Amino acid sequence: MENIYLDHISSRSIDPGVLEFAKRFLEHDYGNPSSLHSLGLEAKRVLEDARMKVAELINAENEHGIIFTGSATEANNLAIKGAALRNIGKGKEVAASAIEHISVINSMKELQKNGFTLNLIPVDSDGIVNLEKLDEILTKNNTVTSIMYANNEIGTIEPIREISKIVHEKGLYLHVDATAAAGHVPIDVQADGIDLLTLSSNDLYGPHGAGVLYIKLGIKLQPLLLGGGQERGFRSGTEDIFAIAGMGEAARIARLKMTKEGNRLKKMRDRIIQEILNIEGSHLTGHPTQRLPYHASFRFDHIEGESILLNMDMYNIQVSTGSACSSKTLEPSHVLLAIGLTHEQAHGSMVLSLGKSNKMEDIPVIVKVVKETVERLRKLSPLSKKEVM
Amino acid sequence: MAQIGYSKKVMEHFMNPRNVGTIENPDGYGKVGNPVCGDLMEMYITVKDDVITDMKFQTFGCGSAIATSSMVTEMAKGMHVDEAMKITRNDVADELDGLPPIKMHCSNLAADALHEAIKDYKEKKEVKERNNKR
Repeated sequence: MENIYLDHISSRSIDPGVLEFAKRFLEHDYGNPSSLHSLGLEAKRVLEDARMKVAELINAENEHGIIFTGSATEANNLAIKGAALRNIGKGKEVAASAIEHISVINSMKELQKNGFTLNLIPVDSDGIVNLEKLDEILTKNNTVTSIMYANNEIGTIEPIREISKIVHEKGLYLHVDATAAAGHVPIDVQADGIDLLTLSSNDLYGPHGAGVLYIKLGIKLQPLLLGGGQERGFRSGTEDIFAIAGMGEAARIARLKMTKEGNRLKKMRDRIIQEILNIEGSHLTGHPTQRLPYHASFRFDHIEGESILLNMDMYNIQVSTGSACSSKTLEPSHVLLAIGLTHEQAHGSMVLSLGKSNKMEDIPVIVKVVKETVERLRKLSPLSKKEVM
Repeated sequence: MAQIGYSKKVMEHFMNPRNVGTIENPDGYGKVGNPVCGDLMEMYITVKDDVITDMKFQTFGCGSAIATSSMVTEMAKGMHVDEAMKITRNDVADELDGLPPIKMHCSNLAADALHEAIKDYKEKKEVKERNNKR
């Protein structure tokens, strides 16, 4: 059976056009963009070209706000710790939604250990941030508030413009982690009212090893990495030109293809959701409509996610899960708990994230394998004979 | 080197588990784990002259929870109950060519479930013997 990859949320194949564009920086164009000779200047030109392409993807005022990092995790760390430490004069509070990526949550927890107050904002059962609670929690002592554009585990897209309005009415900074959303839904940092925005290269079908923090002009951050003052001093270290050139090209291609590819995936997504919800004891996680076009996430009664993942993989279909048994900490996903699921319910989660290689014709096979997997694991499960959880 | 992922034997038992199901009126029944933690195992044994003649299980849990359950039934079937009591978690993991370190404690409960079933058998047997004496 042909392989069907449904774990684009974890990693994407590099776009062949991106690889073709960027591979010369692995092979022979090895100049350092800080060098003033011809090889260095060529690298610098490509670096600035990539900056421009990323700026266009998110409609930044200009390319100067684009700071390349080594990953989205690093960008999240820079945004949160950088804003909190640089603006400590304003106060020692930070805030985030309860469903942020672990790189946001852990950055804030580190600040908490150093005397900051961390305010987690609850979400409803669809994963939408509670705006009243947000308004209530934010005080003038807040140095940065982090709300993701869309959640990677449940696909929910947050009402960023409304959130931004609340944050800005109080004169505070909004950081938005757009790792799962950028390149897949239109983002306009100016119209959306975003001060700091995180992007990842690989989520745009670019190479791993590059991320971006967009910093609105005028916002001051304390850098995490000190050295030669690259990236306007926000991120020292010689730039990974292969990854950055690739990310720029990936951003350009994503911008051109977004609408068409988004519509194609959305049709597939809706069909998959409709068919899988026909399985008894299956539930959608996340918002039914306000969700990423490539994202379909579920939970199943009486069975466990790692078993689902392994079973699907034996039939050459790769998925992901928020089950505790698949995590390094053996804790179930904080996102699934935050939307109100019990531990038992959170164990049975499965995420299907679609991408370029998936075709409408694959859907019957996908649905068949999901059905058989659920059926087989339920036969093994002692919980099946008991009432529905 | 630390083991990455599951051994072939674990995957084989996960995909084709032996002795799945329940036994009506078993001579011994054992249950360990908790769905809150993500693992729950139930073991049923039939015993004749202190030898385990049949054994069935049902498991909610990850790949190693299912594979260790299946493996322990294979190991214990045909064994004297006192011998079966000596099967350890490590024995089960060894028979499966090892488990990833993180799985050694949380989902390697099959031996415990077997021991619970044997204890249940012995208790029932004692009660029966006491009643017969009266």
